[in-house]
Amino acid sequence: MFRNIIIGQYIPRDSKIHQLDPRTKLLSVFFLLIATFVISNPLGYLLLTVFSLCLVGTAQIPTKIFLQSLKPIFWFIVFTMGFHFFLTEGKELVHLGPLVMTEEGVKRGIAMGWRLLLLIVFSSLLTLTTSPLSLTDGLETLFNPWKRFGVPVHEMAMMITIALRFIPTLLEEAEKILKAQTARGMDFSQGSLWRRVKALLPLLVPLFIGAFRRADDLAVAMEARCYRGGVGRTRMKDLQMTGIDLWGLVFVLLVLLAIIEINRLGVWSI
Amino acid sequence: MSIFIEHLTHLYSPGSPLQVKALDDITLQIEAGEFLAIIGQSGSGKSTLVQHFNGLLKPSSGNIYLEGQNITVKGVNLRLIRQRVGMIFQYPEQQLFEETVFDDVAFGPRNLGITEEDVEKRVQNALALVGLDKQKVGSRSPFQLSGGQMRRVAIAGVLAMQPDYLILDEPTANLDPQGRDEILFLLDKLNKEQKVTIILVSHSMEEVARFAERIVVVHEGKVLTVGTLAEVFAEESQLEKVGLALPPITKLMKELNRAGKKVETAVFTPKQATSELLKIIKEKRVRGKKDV
Repeated sequence: MFRNIIIGQYIPRDSKIHQLDPRTKLLSVFFLLIATFVISNPLGYLLLTVFSLCLVGTAQIPTKIFLQSLKPIFWFIVFTMGFHFFLTEGKELVHLGPLVMTEEGVKRGIAMGWRLLLLIVFSSLLTLTTSPLSLTDGLETLFNPWKRFGVPVHEMAMMITIALRFIPTLLEEAEKILKAQTARGMDFSQGSLWRRVKALLPLLVPLFIGAFRRADDLAVAMEARCYRGGVGRTRMKDLQMTGIDLWGLVFVLLVLLAIIEINRLGVWSI
Repeated sequence: MSIFIEHLTHLYSPGSPLQVKALDDITLQIEAGEFLAIIGQSGSGKSTLVQHFNGLLKPSSGNIYLEGQNITVKGVNLRLIRQRVGMIFQYPEQQLFEETVFDDVAFGPRNLGITEEDVEKRVQNALALVGLDKQKVGSRSPFQLSGGQMRRVAIAGVLAMQPDYLILDEPTANLDPQGRDEILFLLDKLNKEQKVTIILVSHSMEEVARFAERIVVVHEGKVLTVGTLAEVFAEESQLEKVGLALPPITKLMKELNRAGKKVETAVFTPKQATSELLKIIKEKRVRGKKDV
């Protein structure tokens, strides 16, 4: 039942995008998101779309998987576009009963939908090509300067790492307990809402007990290996920016600048 | 009166790139009243197999008949089937959740919708079967008990459903020798006195050799051999190929045989071995006397 859930969407490949340092990818996504939101004319959209397609091609991720990651957000995009189509004031295009579709609305709707699409593509590119663990590593290093202001960056990263590590374990355990209680005649698909909620107890209580036990065991195991937080801690694999990271970042920044410049010059603007 | 498994195939994550064929065309008959062991390495598919017997898993193809009734079709009363085919998972103590031992054991019977009076009787009987006294432990929290006791409470929780068939997935994992013996003797008692069909899943030949009448060896999702202890243990080389070892006592007898001693090799328990060895010793004495 829970077997089909995949945590994170990471798909290991040997592409240039996969090889990039997670920090490079995080920063790039950040810049590209800014770019997505400042675009205001078709040339900018064209540039960013071409760029995103180039990235998708380089990442060696099947198009099918990209389309899958769009699925949950598809209706959101449709509704957003719909609202813009009909609720923007301007030159009338079509009458649909009390609803009026306007030219400005269509333009804005398409622009907004396109932006959302680009957003999904960029963020999917990040999660599809970076394993959850290296993502947390990247975040930890990026937020390192905040340590000086008392932000427990390392501890937070460690918590995320542990949580990610235990999600599959807990899912597996939940599945097992569910089966065991089902074998004892448990049924939470019948009865009133209150009965159904109560029927979850035989699943939740053992799950929590198991989680606490695991947490305890893990804490002992970490202490036994002298874990004492982030101070002075070194890594087995230090994150290292290489030439390709530098060029990647420069390129992304150039795209961002180009889009800002296109906006300013107003080429092709509508 | 039996469970009949017909051309059972089970795929995990069918249609995705992660598709795994966990079970491959398994046909198997389980007779009512027998003590059957299903043995195989970790990952051989034995746990997946037994979860089909009470409808917890649905086959990708194939059928399962419980006493002639196909339980894989739509509309069968799964609750009734799960009452008749009890299932005890590995580390069953992890499924305890109630505030008292009594309530936890009563969880199954209560789901059957019987009267509270009957529930109480069943709980008392089930606890007695696993060697616990309702008066003593009934009102205690299951989480205050020792590991072995917790497991026995969990087993009582399934016994209280009064199943005709009882599936146990490695019930002795992580128990000390005494706890292991208690559980195996309990299974033997259930089988002999209450005529409960026992289906014991295990990877230990030694454990299986003590009470099981028939053995099913599962390897990589297929049934490798089915037969009596003697039949299965005769194929030592094949068992070793799939990573299963004979019980040490059987191995000893085989070695003795190879060394030229005329002993029976279909020996599975220390008791049988003792009587076989005594025979040799007696024979030798008789021969020795003749020489004088």
